[in-house]
Amino acid sequence: MLKRSIENLGNRTIQGVWRIGFAARFFVAMLLHSGTAFRRFGLTIREMYFTGVLSLIIILVSGLFVGMVLGLQGYETLQTYGSEEALGILVALSLVRELGPVVAALLFASRAGSAITAEIGLMKATEQLSAMEMMAVDPIARVVAPRFWAGVISMPLLAALFSAMGIFGGYLVGVQLIGVDEGAFWSQMRSAVDFEQDILNGVIKSVVFGIAITTIALFEGYDAPPTAEGVSGATTRTVVTSSLVVLALDFVLTAFMFRGLS
Amino acid sequence: MNKTVLDLWVGLFVIAGIAALLFLALKVGSTSAVSASNSYEIVARFDNIGGLKPRAPVKSAGVVVGRVADIRFDNETFDAAVTLRLDKRYAFPKDTSAAIMTSGLLGEQYIGLEAGGDSQTLKDQDRILITQSAVVLENLIGRFIYGQAQEGAPQ
Repeated sequence: MLKRSIENLGNRTIQGVWRIGFAARFFVAMLLHSGTAFRRFGLTIREMYFTGVLSLIIILVSGLFVGMVLGLQGYETLQTYGSEEALGILVALSLVRELGPVVAALLFASRAGSAITAEIGLMKATEQLSAMEMMAVDPIARVVAPRFWAGVISMPLLAALFSAMGIFGGYLVGVQLIGVDEGAFWSQMRSAVDFEQDILNGVIKSVVFGIAITTIALFEGYDAPPTAEGVSGATTRTVVTSSLVVLALDFVLTAFMFRGLS
Repeated sequence: MNKTVLDLWVGLFVIAGIAALLFLALKVGSTSAVSASNSYEIVARFDNIGGLKPRAPVKSAGVVVGRVADIRFDNETFDAAVTLRLDKRYAFPKDTSAAIMTSGLLGEQYIGLEAGGDSQTLKDQDRILITQSAVVLENLIGRFIYGQAQEGAPQ
C-alpha cells in the first residue's frame, strides 16, 4: 500500500518533469519555425480571425460590464469620503494595471485557448498532423507557429480594448448615470495614470499572458492522447492551467513593476 | 468565409485594438511630463518632508512645473535632500523658496515654489536655500491642545 503510493508519486513526478522538458523543446521548436508564420502571413491572419476577432464580443461586453460595476462600487465607497471625483482614477488604474490584462487573459484562455487545444488535439487524433509530416510539411511550422503568433498579437489588442471599454463603462455609470463631474473625472484620471508606469506595464503584462496562454494551449493540444477522452481532458487542462499560470504570473509581474511605487 | 472578408475583419480588429491603445495613451494616461533631456535638476533640503513621495508634483502658482525626482536622507546634516526635476522652459530666481504643501486637508503632498526677486536664475544642480518643511498634523494638534490646556488653567 505505502510502496504503491510512493511508486505512484515518483511516477507522477517523472511524468511531470518529462512533460516540462517536452514543453520547453516544443516552445523552442515553435520559435525556430516562426519564420513561416511571417513569410506566409495569410496563415497568421486566418488564425487571428479565429482567436482575436471571434473573441471580440465577449471581451467588449465583459469589459463594459466590469467598468460599469467598478463605477457603481467605486462611487459607493468614494462617496463616503466625499471624493467622488477620484472615481476616474479608481476605474482607470484598476482596469489598466490589473483587470484589463488579467480578465481579458482569463476570457481569452477559455474562449480561444480551449478552441486551439481542441482543434490541434483533433487534428492529431484524426492523424492530420502525421499526414502533413508524410507530405514533408512540418506541422509545427504550418499549424502551430501561426496560431502562436496570432495569439501573441491578439492578446494585447484584446486587453487594450477591454480596458478602453471598461473605462467607457465607468464613464457611463459614473458621469452619465450618477452625475460625477465630467471634467474632474477625466482630468483627475489623466493626472494619476502614467503612460510608462501604468499603461505600458499593462501592455507588457498582456503580451506575457498571450505567450503563456497560447503556448499552454498549443502544447496541450499537441500532447493530447489521440482519443475523444484525451482531447476533452487536454481542453480542460488548458483552461485550468493557463488560468492559474496567468494569475501566478500576474502576481510576479506586479511585484516587479509596481513595488516601490507610491 | 471568403479570404478577403476575413482579412477585412482582422484589419478592423487590429485597427480597433490600436485605437484602444491610443485612447489609453492619449485620453487616459499622460507621460510624466518632464523627460531628462529638456529638464534641469535642483536640490532642496528639508528638516521634515512629511509624506512627500518621488514623482510628486512641483508647483509654482498652482501650475505643475516639474516633479520630485529623488528623496534621500543626508547622514551628515541629518535632513532630507530632495531632488526636483524642473521643466527647462521655466527658470526661477536664485532666491526662490520651496515649501511642502498638502492639497486639501488629507490630499497628496507637493512642493510649492515661491519665486524671489534675484536677477540670476537657478542652474542645474543648484540648491534652494529657503525651505519650509511639511506641516505635521500631529504637531499642530498637539500644539492646539497644549494651548487649550494653558487657557483653561487656573491663574
